[in-house]
Amino acid sequence: MAKNCHNDLKMKYSVDEEFPDLSLHNNHMAKVLNKEIYGKLRGKSTPSGFTLDDVIQTGVDNPGHPFIMTVGCVAGDEESYEFFKDLLDPIISDRHGGYKPTDKHKTDLNFENLKGGDDLDPNYVLSSRVRTGRSIKGFTLPPHNSRGERRGIEKLSIEALSSLEGEFKGKYYPLSGMTDAEQEQLINDHFLFDKPVSPLLTCAGMARDWPDGRGIWHNDNKTFLVWVNEEDHLRVISMQLGGNMKEVFRRFCVGLQKIEEIFKKHNHGFMWNEHLGYILTCPSNLGTGLRGGVHVKLPKLSTHAKFEEILTRLRLQKRGTGGVDTASVGGVFDISNADRLGSSEVAQVQLVVDGVKLMVEMEKKLEKGESIDGMIPAQK
Amino acid sequence: MLNSPQIRQQGSTMPFGNTHNQMKMKYTSEQEYPDLSKHNNHMAKILTPAMYERLRSKQTPSGFTLDDVIQTGVDNPGHPFIMTVGCVAGDEETYEVFKELLDPVIEDRHGGYKPSDKHKTDLNPSNLKGGDDLDSNYVLSSRVRTGRSVRGFCLPPHCSRGERRAVEKLSIEALASLSGDLKGKYYALKNMTEAEQQQLIDDHFLFDKPVSPLLLASGMGRDWPDARGIWHNDNKTFLVWVNEEDHLRVISMQKGGNMKEVFDRFCTGLTKIETLFKERSHAFMWNEHLGYVLTCPSNLGTGLRAGVHVKLPNMSKHAKFEEVLKKLRLQKRGTGGVDTAAVGGVFDISNADRLGFSEVELVQMVVDGVKLLVEMEKKLEKGQSIDDIMPAQK
Repeated sequence: MAKNCHNDLKMKYSVDEEFPDLSLHNNHMAKVLNKEIYGKLRGKSTPSGFTLDDVIQTGVDNPGHPFIMTVGCVAGDEESYEFFKDLLDPIISDRHGGYKPTDKHKTDLNFENLKGGDDLDPNYVLSSRVRTGRSIKGFTLPPHNSRGERRGIEKLSIEALSSLEGEFKGKYYPLSGMTDAEQEQLINDHFLFDKPVSPLLTCAGMARDWPDGRGIWHNDNKTFLVWVNEEDHLRVISMQLGGNMKEVFRRFCVGLQKIEEIFKKHNHGFMWNEHLGYILTCPSNLGTGLRGGVHVKLPKLSTHAKFEEILTRLRLQKRGTGGVDTASVGGVFDISNADRLGSSEVAQVQLVVDGVKLMVEMEKKLEKGESIDGMIPAQK
Repeated sequence: MLNSPQIRQQGSTMPFGNTHNQMKMKYTSEQEYPDLSKHNNHMAKILTPAMYERLRSKQTPSGFTLDDVIQTGVDNPGHPFIMTVGCVAGDEETYEVFKELLDPVIEDRHGGYKPSDKHKTDLNPSNLKGGDDLDSNYVLSSRVRTGRSVRGFCLPPHCSRGERRAVEKLSIEALASLSGDLKGKYYALKNMTEAEQQQLIDDHFLFDKPVSPLLLASGMGRDWPDARGIWHNDNKTFLVWVNEEDHLRVISMQKGGNMKEVFDRFCTGLTKIETLFKERSHAFMWNEHLGYVLTCPSNLGTGLRAGVHVKLPNMSKHAKFEEVLKKLRLQKRGTGGVDTAAVGGVFDISNADRLGFSEVELVQMVVDGVKLLVEMEKKLEKGQSIDDIMPAQK
């Protein structure tokens, strides 16, 4: 029998005895998992040994979240999405707007296909940012990888990043060896990531061996940043102050593609397939893994009765300026694309560019005491 | 050592172990060896690359690996007040399969206890001399706790939900058949009413989801609060925790200084419970070398911590306080438990040893030692010297 969860005694117990208590739970996994699926999948494990219980542990341990509907499951390797498709396909469909097991995902990292985006009003749009994640083929993912694998990823990443030049020339700061001065600077630049505190992440095993194999790379200009071995193998971030999303996206696409080429040369391309796009640890980040967003001042619009509806129609979501778990401060919101899977990078950033432009116009109208009823958008 | 629910640390919850990755054997031992350069715990002192290489491909019959054993020690480099153990057992067999690591850890932790040593168990309360007359003007409360593991199940870092629930079910059955002054009730954590919860908090009985990264990093918090619960007798002097850091934690306690009575109840209750488990073909894990087998190597042997909350405002400021404690084989803690400082001159004084001494011997040390400390306190109150009553090393 294939090695199973890691506790080989559990197969002596029935499905009923092992099935988690999800009665107080509200996450995607808890909505989809039932005893039938559990019974079917609990004897399986991926070639690297990731089991169903590994996939769902974070969702069992974290019943819900006050602001967001969490996913409640993670992948431990590329094969998780195949071996546990009976659970993950319905979750993906639920999370990604009805995306079907037969659907194909389109990747478009050609920044020239973006229209506009260079003229968002910096009196309102304080900063612009695009991030995504990438997983490296041949290694298991952060919930599951060993120290040797994680260090292997770090080593490859350092090699790849140190060969970048021009606007991408930069430096790697491993978390383990950082000096106090470096740490202070990275905090001031808002670049430093810390050991995860969110139980959503830690219950999935992502913080093991911290800070071994983790680090931050950024270019000298401080506009392109890569996190190594945090929640995904790589998190790639392009950002700058002001509203020139076009420039941010250009740098994002160019940098990402340069990095991908180097990894491919080392026979470690990024995990990708034509159904799920880029494969990441959390099913919510499949497809593009892209979150393109701005920090924008919308004190009036945000208190308007139709604010939420407008966001939904524009396929955008709001967060506080501290990130996913925070509330907004001073009327400044983080506005970004809601979708990840089923539309391309260009299409998603286009939605942000067009949507934010509209919302700033609305804000200006409201400032003047004018109505915005005539501007309410159709559902995108 | 890891038993205190009162450990409150700034910041994060910690990950649990996911160390069953088949790919890791493709990497050399050197590539996989943890970075322990900043670490100060027993595991980090003992583990070497050569040892890691020999043990890393092994696993117990239930699938517990070396990386599982050490994960908590890798994730938690050290502790400000105490030398942590940095490793755990996932089942009874862990102590055998990984003896190359655990024997030296045990030896280091338990005062030179050798792999060939035998541990003596003595739960006969009539063997305790005195202990019923500690001055309750000074000794505010007395308590004895231990842990027990139920044979046939994996331990909290590793057990599945099915196993944990089976341990709970067995425990409920066993405890429900206690009678007399041990008659009591079980409160499952998952369906406790608000009123019950408040009462248990007020009684200082309720244990909460572990926040200590020492515990969480080893996987003990998984599936919380499934199959966890608290049982106590109607008199509130005998308490059992189910599926917290160990399968069972058994606590006898009461106000005042009658340690004899506390120990009496402790032994009687424990022996009754053990009989009930044996009747159901699930004895406690025990062997003649390690005594009672528990999750943390620091709790092997008796797993017993017997202690008092005692007022020693003068004694605790005396230059020789630490030395006296050492000679008496006692340790001090704050009244909030292992991670706390003393408040108002009141200390938690308990036995330092767990393995290599019997239960009776350890409680005797507490009884005799506390009696002496109180005498010293009284002398110092009167401005007298305590030089002539300094104890010899026990």
